[in-house]
Amino acid sequence: MNLYYYASPSTFYPLAGKLIPLFSALAFILAVVGLYISFFVAPTDFQQGEGYRIIFIHVPAAWMSMFIYVVMAFWSAIGLAWNTRLSFIMARALAPTGAMFTFVALWTGAFWGKPMWGAWWVWDARLTSELILFFLYVGVMALQAAIDDPRRSDRAGALLNLVGVINVPIIYFSVKWWNTLHQGSSVSLTRAPSMAHIMLWAMLVMALAAWMYAIAVALVRARSLVLERERQTDWVRALLEGKP
Amino acid sequence: MIWESWDAFWKMGGYGLYVWGSFGMTLICIAGEIWLVRRHRLQTWQRLKRMKEWEPK
Repeated sequence: MNLYYYASPSTFYPLAGKLIPLFSALAFILAVVGLYISFFVAPTDFQQGEGYRIIFIHVPAAWMSMFIYVVMAFWSAIGLAWNTRLSFIMARALAPTGAMFTFVALWTGAFWGKPMWGAWWVWDARLTSELILFFLYVGVMALQAAIDDPRRSDRAGALLNLVGVINVPIIYFSVKWWNTLHQGSSVSLTRAPSMAHIMLWAMLVMALAAWMYAIAVALVRARSLVLERERQTDWVRALLEGKP
Repeated sequence: MIWESWDAFWKMGGYGLYVWGSFGMTLICIAGEIWLVRRHRLQTWQRLKRMKEWEPK
């Protein structure tokens, strides 16, 4: 398999077009299954009652917020190193979805914090670093939007992405490094999860749905960006004769 | 069914506001993003098509 072949926008465009319905369908099915387990199979929590069900979106959204940033930084690094057009497009296409998931993580955190801690917000290390992540996403998008020349805009955004990625391990380890009100992780790679299996499953299915969703919307956005950037090429000009 | 009634389901054991406030906002954000990406695609397409049509032959 030749990677350069898939790195070409003219190959990527139709391929992404075929993958979008697939990822959308998977996202939808997984979300339905995940929501069903979240609300109708997972039992009531013995400490938090029904209020704990917020976990089924809070944790997947928080994971996505960090993961998308790392993927965005990865594409930025590839773009800066090899100047590949599609890498910058992918980095740009992921930012709004990452910002959306960060907002959802913060919002659902507030709606969970209020009944359990008695406060919508506290300036705890975990919450504050996640808020900084939100500002990083917004900052990257604002910076890219502020520079007219696409190449300079790409490179400036990519640089900010790379500088900001240092915040991701800070978020992840914040509950270990500082004494936070936010609880430590319930799921870890190194030890057994400290939650009921069915709850864990619901969370994992929801996380998978979020993944599929993020891929689908990022591909739609990337396709629009490819059209925009490649508008002078013969293949885009030929494509524009047809339907969107 | 773990819920005694639909009413109990909506009340979420007294956490209704928080649970539905969380899931509701997530739904709004996702629906909003889907609407935005589709609009972005359609607008890009139409703009590029117009630009192409207006080019001097």
